[in-house]
Amino acid sequence: MENLVEIKDLTKQYQKRICALQNLSLTIPRGKIIGLLGPNGSGKSTLIKLVNGLLTPTQGEILINGQKPGIESKKVISYLPERTYFHNSMKISELLDFFFDFYTDFNRERATQMLASLQIDTGAMLKTLSKGTKEKVQLILVMSRDAQLYILDEPIAGVDPAARDYILRTILTNYNPEASILLSTHLISDIENILDEVIFLKNGSVVLQSSVEDLRDNVGKSVDTYFREVFSC
Amino acid sequence: MAWNLDSDRPIYAQIVEIIQIQIVSGLYKPGDKLPSVRELAAVASVNPNTMQRAFAELERSGLIQTQRTTGRTVTTDQSLIEQIRQSLAREQIERFLAQMKGLGYSRDAIIQILDQLSSNYEEE
Repeated sequence: MENLVEIKDLTKQYQKRICALQNLSLTIPRGKIIGLLGPNGSGKSTLIKLVNGLLTPTQGEILINGQKPGIESKKVISYLPERTYFHNSMKISELLDFFFDFYTDFNRERATQMLASLQIDTGAMLKTLSKGTKEKVQLILVMSRDAQLYILDEPIAGVDPAARDYILRTILTNYNPEASILLSTHLISDIENILDEVIFLKNGSVVLQSSVEDLRDNVGKSVDTYFREVFSC
Repeated sequence: MAWNLDSDRPIYAQIVEIIQIQIVSGLYKPGDKLPSVRELAAVASVNPNTMQRAFAELERSGLIQTQRTTGRTVTTDQSLIEQIRQSLAREQIERFLAQMKGLGYSRDAIIQILDQLSSNYEEE
């Protein structure tokens, strides 16, 4: 089967001066959980926004299931942005309606179940929730779609360690084995055991794409330790 | 509760050890059905492909078997389980001996202190 995502010689410049991505090529196979790691400003969010069709490339090509980002790709990509786009005066139950209307692959039952197991009241208005709870709600909505690719931009940054474990388990049990997850984070040690592969980005280019088990085998270090070495300031 | 795994060596190898111990200690008995890859991956908080690789390794050693209808089961070959138990014990003892040597204990001194402390241990 073809790769889920193929990226070739991708370059993105902002205002013709700042080069956020430079001739970047990579592929995302099906059925993998991939960590997109890199220091601040390395191009992670730019790459994610390009794959989601929120930015247009300056040069190069992105293919998702063989097609450029657009309506078809948005149907199969479930995206958790780094900042929330929900209106503060919405209730969680209204968000469920919203997702159910918008995405044909939204599994409302699964979302309701997860909200219940985290004891989140669906009658609550978003603005009454803590930052962490808001993040949980958003992640639950995103993971409740039966998508082919989940792109999670910093999914666990604002939640407590216990909820973090729950969220990781949620990710592991709820995604279909044919689907892939691309997630960016700085909390490497928390998530590295659930990853198949890592991609290290530096100054807009890929400096490493490797299976995490191979990495541990070859360098005898955790991904977290290795990251600190590669990107030591 | 996620399993206690070190991130600096391959996770699948550590999972193999943990499941071996679970079988040797009788948590899973000969012929018992094992949870699915996905269930166990979620319990351990590891990637399902990593769990799959650990299972493949355990299958290669014969400790677990895959039946088309019943899923994965623990071997009923007691002598194989005993063999794994002994090899796990040997690893532990070798590690122990190396550390005692580092503390400056001779063979006789190790046997002596082991004899003393293990008699207390049995009384407990």
